[in-house]
Amino acid sequence: MRRRRLILSVLVLSFLRGTGQAAGLAFSDVAGRYVISAESSKLAFSVPQMGGGGIAGRFTRFDGTITIDAADVSRSSVAITIVPDSVVTGKPRVDAFLKSDAVFDAAHETAISFRSTAVERTGPQTAIIKGVLTARGRTHPAIFQAELDDLGKGRVGFHVQGRVLRSFYGMDVGTPIYSNIVDFDMYLQAVKQ
Amino acid sequence: MLANSQTQYGWTAIVLHWAMALLLFGQWTLGQTMVRISDQRLAFDLFQWHKSFGLLVLALAILRLAWRLANPRPLLPAGTPRLEQAAAASTHRALYALMILLPLSGWALVSASVLEIPTLAFYLFLVPHLPLPKSEAAEAAWTLVHQVLGWLMFGLVFVHVLAALRHHFLLRDRVLVRMLRPGTHLTHE
Repeated sequence: MRRRRLILSVLVLSFLRGTGQAAGLAFSDVAGRYVISAESSKLAFSVPQMGGGGIAGRFTRFDGTITIDAADVSRSSVAITIVPDSVVTGKPRVDAFLKSDAVFDAAHETAISFRSTAVERTGPQTAIIKGVLTARGRTHPAIFQAELDDLGKGRVGFHVQGRVLRSFYGMDVGTPIYSNIVDFDMYLQAVKQ
Repeated sequence: MLANSQTQYGWTAIVLHWAMALLLFGQWTLGQTMVRISDQRLAFDLFQWHKSFGLLVLALAILRLAWRLANPRPLLPAGTPRLEQAAAASTHRALYALMILLPLSGWALVSASVLEIPTLAFYLFLVPHLPLPKSEAAEAAWTLVHQVLGWLMFGLVFVHVLAALRHHFLLRDRVLVRMLRPGTHLTHE
């Protein structure tokens, strides 16, 4: 009985320590410049529609860097460039519509880019990333929430989420049948340079 | 006079007739245009308007059918050959059938589409899909039905218009005019 209580308290203690930090590590341990790996990352998005359901897809081609400042995490930065023509929803007709001039105009617009302007730490493993998003020739501020998701020797992973109003970028076709809000749910895996 | 009599059309029938004519003309134009323009953003919007007006055609057609069944039908001029009378009756019946089947087939193709695009009639209210199985094949089949019915409607309307003009310019009777001016009788009685 006593032994079981001991094991339980050890488990609880390690759990309490663990929740605060990823197995004892924090932002200060991951400083450096990382290159985002498209194969290991996932840039997914979804757009709800009236009555339930919606459009969900991801981009398969993108590149970028994550730079984490050792001394001051708030001076870290993120830069991502996405190829709109690489959008995949699993439905060819939806893909074709997204690539058309109604949404991405992939024939003429070759990049959607995000450049961070500020990073605000909100916890040992979480931060808010503020920056500017550029699509279809329009630039507008955008905010994402990041959480340290994976950590290893020379590699780092973040779960990044954010909501973007597509009307800011001339992509408001189909509103209000389709929501103006695009929900981004991304897993960015990056390898240290 | 609101209702019909044995010799004349009332306001209701006349307004319903021309409202439907305008709607069908608009729908034909929308339908032909929306599948041909390159601007995909505009195409999407035109499709939604086409769906909205299509549902309006269906609602109006049902209303019109009810009104027609509840009212006397003005007769054709005395002496009109029986064949002509039969032709007129069948054409009108076919037009009524098409007024209902054409929008229904459109609703069916939207309901059967794998794209599952919601129907927000006039950007005001959500119209549910018909309970049909969804597949590319089903959507293609209903699209074909919709197109064929559309061409049938076009052809019948063309015949209907020619017949009306024949009555007015060749036979010189008041069959056309009585669908323009309520209270018009075929003869001075």
